[in-house]
Amino acid sequence: MEQTINNTSGFPILSMLIVLPLAGAALILFISRANDRAVKMVGLLFSIATFALSLPLFANFDKTTHLMQFVEQHEWIPYLNMNYHLGLDGISVLFVLLSTLVTILCVLISWESVRMKTKEFFISLLVMESAMIGVFCSLDFMLFYVFWEAMLIPMFLLIGVWGGPNRIYAAMKFFLYTLVGSVLMLVGIIVLYFYAGRTFNILELTNAAYPFKMQLMLFWAFFAAFAVKVPMFPVHTWLPDAHTEAPTAGSVILAAVLIKMGAYGFLRFSMPLLPDATRAMTPVMLTLSVIAIIYGGVICLAQTDLKRLIAYSSVSHMGFVTLGIFALNVQGIEGGILQMLNHGIVTGALFLSVGIIYDRTHTRDIADYGGVASVMPVYASFFIVFTLASIGLPATNGFVGEFLILLGAFKASQWAGVLSATGIIIGAGYMLWLYQRVFFMETSSKVAGLSDLNGRELVALMPMVILIFWIGIYPNAFLSFMHPTVQHLIERVNSGAGQADILGLIK
Amino acid sequence: MNSHALIPFLPLAAFMINIVFGRKYLKEKAHWISILAVAGSWVLAVTALIEVLSGRKFNYDLYTWILSGGFKVSVGFLIDELTVVMLIVVTTCSTLIHIYSVGYMHGDSGYYRFFSYLSLFTFSMLMLVMANNFLQLYFGWEGVGLCSYFLIGYYFNKKSASDAGKKAFIVNRFGDFGFGLGIFVIFLTFGTVYYEPVFSQAGNFADATVQFLGYDVHLMTLIALLLFCGSIGKSAQMPLHVWLPDAMEGPTPVSALIHAATMVTAGVFLVARCSPIFSLSETALMVVALTGAVTSLFAATIGLVQNDLKRIIAYSTVSQLGYMFLACGVGAYSAGVFHLYTHAFFKALLFLCAGSVMHAMGGELNIQKMGNLKKYMPVTYFTMLIASFSIAGFPGLAGFFSKDEILWLAYSGPSPVGKLVWLMGTAVAFLTAFYSFRLIFLTFHGKFRGTHEQEHHLHESPKSMTIPLMLLCVGAVASGWVSIPHILGGHANFAEFMKPVLGHAEGHGTHAEEWMVMAISVSVGFAGIGLAWFMYMTRPELPARISQQFSAVHRVLFNKYYIDELYSFILIRPTIWVAKNILIGITDARIIEAVVNGVPNSIAAFSAGLRRVQTGLMQHYATIMAAGILIIAAVMLLR
Repeated sequence: MEQTINNTSGFPILSMLIVLPLAGAALILFISRANDRAVKMVGLLFSIATFALSLPLFANFDKTTHLMQFVEQHEWIPYLNMNYHLGLDGISVLFVLLSTLVTILCVLISWESVRMKTKEFFISLLVMESAMIGVFCSLDFMLFYVFWEAMLIPMFLLIGVWGGPNRIYAAMKFFLYTLVGSVLMLVGIIVLYFYAGRTFNILELTNAAYPFKMQLMLFWAFFAAFAVKVPMFPVHTWLPDAHTEAPTAGSVILAAVLIKMGAYGFLRFSMPLLPDATRAMTPVMLTLSVIAIIYGGVICLAQTDLKRLIAYSSVSHMGFVTLGIFALNVQGIEGGILQMLNHGIVTGALFLSVGIIYDRTHTRDIADYGGVASVMPVYASFFIVFTLASIGLPATNGFVGEFLILLGAFKASQWAGVLSATGIIIGAGYMLWLYQRVFFMETSSKVAGLSDLNGRELVALMPMVILIFWIGIYPNAFLSFMHPTVQHLIERVNSGAGQADILGLIK
Repeated sequence: MNSHALIPFLPLAAFMINIVFGRKYLKEKAHWISILAVAGSWVLAVTALIEVLSGRKFNYDLYTWILSGGFKVSVGFLIDELTVVMLIVVTTCSTLIHIYSVGYMHGDSGYYRFFSYLSLFTFSMLMLVMANNFLQLYFGWEGVGLCSYFLIGYYFNKKSASDAGKKAFIVNRFGDFGFGLGIFVIFLTFGTVYYEPVFSQAGNFADATVQFLGYDVHLMTLIALLLFCGSIGKSAQMPLHVWLPDAMEGPTPVSALIHAATMVTAGVFLVARCSPIFSLSETALMVVALTGAVTSLFAATIGLVQNDLKRIIAYSTVSQLGYMFLACGVGAYSAGVFHLYTHAFFKALLFLCAGSVMHAMGGELNIQKMGNLKKYMPVTYFTMLIASFSIAGFPGLAGFFSKDEILWLAYSGPSPVGKLVWLMGTAVAFLTAFYSFRLIFLTFHGKFRGTHEQEHHLHESPKSMTIPLMLLCVGAVASGWVSIPHILGGHANFAEFMKPVLGHAEGHGTHAEEWMVMAISVSVGFAGIGLAWFMYMTRPELPARISQQFSAVHRVLFNKYYIDELYSFILIRPTIWVAKNILIGITDARIIEAVVNGVPNSIAAFSAGLRRVQTGLMQHYATIMAAGILIIAAVMLLR
């Protein structure tokens, strides 16, 4: 059975996407430390080039098939049957695009706010981009693991070097939390490798059938890695610290891309590899998701720190994502994937915005703000768009995602649907309260006289606004990528012990 | 493309132009584009009315909005009798209020912003009433809610205004929570969220029951009540009425347009639109009727003692919306929509008159500090008087016809609670007349009780404000004439026109009974006016004495039955307390973090202990080595 569409053009676009940012990083190495501007320009040019290179993925993607596309395969370590194997399907393709876009915005937003060790900063950022793209493209489990762990290093540096006052604690916490999870996943990978006949090929692994008990063990091993990344309740406490301490670009990447990888892991590995365990564990996963939605939301009501509030709101929003995914029906999963994208856009944009005002006031304390709408009207308009998208107002992307998720969840379990729908009330509560305290009421002394957005900041925020309305008004432009892949995934999860696919192989 | 799409999209275009170019370029000319757009919509709405009057209907999709698995929904339009009535109400009121705002908002620093929001509101409201499916309805529903949020909080530097905007949005979300679930149940039942197939198949499920959260419930009752949750929020019915009086923080034209004439009636529109579903559930109808009646009575009693000009009218709006639900609940949907339509004129007029008064009084709202304004503002006085007569049900005016139809159909209809709600409705008619004229007498008659400065400044409002007043006044007088009841020699044309969408509610009673119901409602109206005259004109010392005599009752009414305080006490404060003390203080900090930090700490402690063994001193290692050899030797020897 053919599982991939080979890259007919012969142009290794995915490899190029991974290599290009690395090349940029390498180039920066050779620029003198004194030449700050050149460092930034190289960072900007390479991130733009990578984005431009990724656009054909959007245009040329074949939306009629669930098979892997743009595939590249080369031997890596033949002795262990490890391969350099890349490809994209309807689940991963959009996240590569999101990663390349977000990197540009991070470069722009760090243009003036990063004053120390600029060179190292932009190197970290570009290495980060390359690792992120690698994670989404890998079709070899070991290759995936390498990229997965490789992401930790630049992120660790971004938080630990350019972060806030408590950065060392936050960076260590982030690192150890995720590392513990990943190590358990590594054990799982090795178990699979031996059981399925010495292969790391994800597509081949998907076609094997595993005994139920083994599936359960593996499910929880993978859970350790993915749930931490999402982060799901109760392993979410690294996120507020990491977000609060990270520099703006770090927060944006964390929110927009990094935490999506947990959900991506569930979709790519847990569900297709372990269908029986997935079905069996659905009640647990739905429960944890509902808790995350409500818990994360209610906790936001008592936050006094801008970034911490948005960080906790991520816990709530990612709860919606896992809720949709584990509803195990079309609306739930498609809504979940779309919401991953949405959350990346909206929360990314919120962190960009917070960074913009933080650069001016150097305070994250909500109580220091007030009346910003009077002094920075353009900024206030952008922020309200992000706020509304975050609370899922129709015509913004948040609505489409949340609606499909809640519909799917309600279909799967009425209780899950009803309880998590309270999240939309709580969400409106904390976001509007935040907006009121920062933008409305009397102008506070720390805010008076601030300048509105400059051109660079406007350019950094504009793509997010466009995406918010594009997805909100015409979501089919994005949902259509997912249909065949999600359909296939659902069939796989419901296929019993994967028997159908084994028969397919023989035929 | 059909011209119908332009009805909402003209205001949308105006919004986009204004919001992008308004601040820097259009500035005090921002109203032009908005007024042109809404006037264009009005013309197109009239053509749509003519089309529908000539027997045509439209139901078509523009493009597919969301497609996922078996779920498909479009942006599309349904133009039928109910839609065109709403179109006329919305575009007419909107156009007049746009024009009024030119005078009222003149010189405001956010002039362009105000008109952008008005345009956005008009767009959302039109999308709401023109939808051909539930999700687009929801789109418009949230859209108008958003504009309401923006406009209530228009003076955002004021804490009270920004509080009120936030409150309106969040309270509405409680209603939308149910509304959303209603849409889910509809989709899971019918496999679609388009009106047409849903309503045509609803009959097949008339007796169906489903499991909902572990209970067996009647399916249609479930759907109807979930949808009604949305109505309760948007139309400010009990127990979600708390946001509307606070919404008066917004500029007065907004109160007239959004919080009286159009947006708040969306809940009534929803019930009317879903009449095929509501009609299948006697329970749901009863809930609707009783909610309406109780809210109506409740709000009217609060209105008796308030002193804030706009809040009195706001409570009157809550009360009149209750009337509309009362009508729908007894199955008289067309009477409810008829009242919606007449109410739009006289209530918008009342608010605009209030705005005119505020304009003259320099923003003063306390009617105890007014008086004798009729001398200075004859146009405002006259139009407001007419509007008050209309709401009090003075024979021949718009309010009379719609109110009479509701009361008669409640009295004579088949609803089991019909007689009860009729009685309550009649009581409300009395209270309404009383508080409306209390307002008139305190504001326009007697002696002026404000400051000298204010008195010096009193003047009639500019033409751009008084002309809309006069035009709305025509509506407040004559809009009821389109449907004169049979016993007065008319043909009840409105109900006849609405029949294809809303069905026909037939009263079962004799002509004598019908005359009696009418006579009672008219006479309680006069009694209310008379009592107001007696208390505020002939014996002006009386109200103070009564409120002293019954100070407990007065206090409860004045404080709106302490509902806001109750919510704060049982919902808001406990939630924040839990967030602070339990979730952050205990779960996150003491339990999860204890494990997270505890594991590495104990590892560190363990390895710190282990490290002590590695002292780096040769003697220690030699000693341990020797001890080891001894132990091994001992074990070997003793074995």
